Amino acid sequence: MSLHLTASDWLGFFTHFATLSLLAVGGAITTAPDMHRYLVGDKLWLTDAQFTSSIALAQAAPGPNVLFVALMGWNVGMNAGGYGHALLGVAVAMLGILLPSTTLTFVAARWGHQNRELQVVRAFKQGMAPIVIALLIATGWILASAHGSKLSNWPLWLLTAVTTVVVWRTKTHLLWLLGAGAVLGALGLV
Amino acid sequence: MLPRSPGLKPWAYQAVNKPSSLTDLFWSFTLLALQGFGGVLAVVQRELVDKKQWLTREQFIEDWAVAQILPGPNVVNLSLMIGDRYFGLRGAMAALAGMLVFPLLVVLLLAAVFAGVADSPATQGALRGMGAVAAGLIAATGLKLVTALKKNVMGALVCWALAAITFVAIALLRFPLAWVLLVVGGMACAWAYRQLGRITP
Repeated sequence: MSLHLTASDWLGFFTHFATLSLLAVGGAITTAPDMHRYLVGDKLWLTDAQFTSSIALAQAAPGPNVLFVALMGWNVGMNAGGYGHALLGVAVAMLGILLPSTTLTFVAARWGHQNRELQVVRAFKQGMAPIVIALLIATGWILASAHGSKLSNWPLWLLTAVTTVVVWRTKTHLLWLLGAGAVLGALGLV
Repeated sequence: MLPRSPGLKPWAYQAVNKPSSLTDLFWSFTLLALQGFGGVLAVVQRELVDKKQWLTREQFIEDWAVAQILPGPNVVNLSLMIGDRYFGLRGAMAALAGMLVFPLLVVLLLAAVFAGVADSPATQGALRGMGAVAAGLIAATGLKLVTALKKNVMGALVCWALAAITFVAIALLRFPLAWVLLVVGGMACAWAYRQLGRITP
């Protein structure tokens, strides 16, 4: 796949991702469907396989999941002409997805901290606490559900359940658990 | 002028430790991020709250609520807020850089070198196993934070009810996050506002 991207294409890429940044409540991954529509469907800058593997690789690698956006920029750049373009793609995609949301967070969090005695700020933090906790448990549940049905994939569900109890109740280092999961998976045991 | 809530002291909001410098902040977040396979949040909670004690559980939940409700990657927002709390804008930048720079290099290196390996059955299996562990890490992080609800102004019963409604709506019924935050979160905040107003100074 070889493309020619003009300066205005790169600008369009940046502004599109900057818009998505402000819509990404719940994380950048929630805007992935629209990224797919834009990059794969409309612009033909990425193939379906490149799009999917960007997400898969970023999830396998350590670090925040938002790095899948960097890989999309990387792949667009590689399609457009090699490593120099790829680095430009990383910069454009990451600045686009991060700059608006981090600026907003910085300003809003600072306001909240400076006004933490206000009843409305206290009410927000107290009111959201049980919801935030439930969301974490729900996220674990949803990730586990990606295993598929509980009956045929019981080893994976068991692994998730055992991990939950071990992390909750002991101080075992998290990397040991991830390593154990990787080994069990690579051997085909789960 | 917005009303100030009466009778509230900085209860339980004094963390034991804090980062010693911008360098400490940067490397601490780098190490956190590089340990975070399948999500960094569990590592942040374990390292910054349980071990280093830069934040209390209550502070962590509050910051996470803000990080979650604002747009953008949640752990990136969280690192920004923690950095800002200790060293202002420079701290926010140091924490953000720690969270992103080395993990970005790692992921690009993987993309450049190992593009083909990702499809092998053993790699797929390893990813599946790590995914199952990552699911458990996140769920356990939530369970550990439950103790922080003891001091909540809404009372235990209301807290449990709100948590149960949220879990069912998101995990089982798969309602969109934005709606759940707006409806359930809105009701919870309104109730908390009322309860805070009833505390006599």
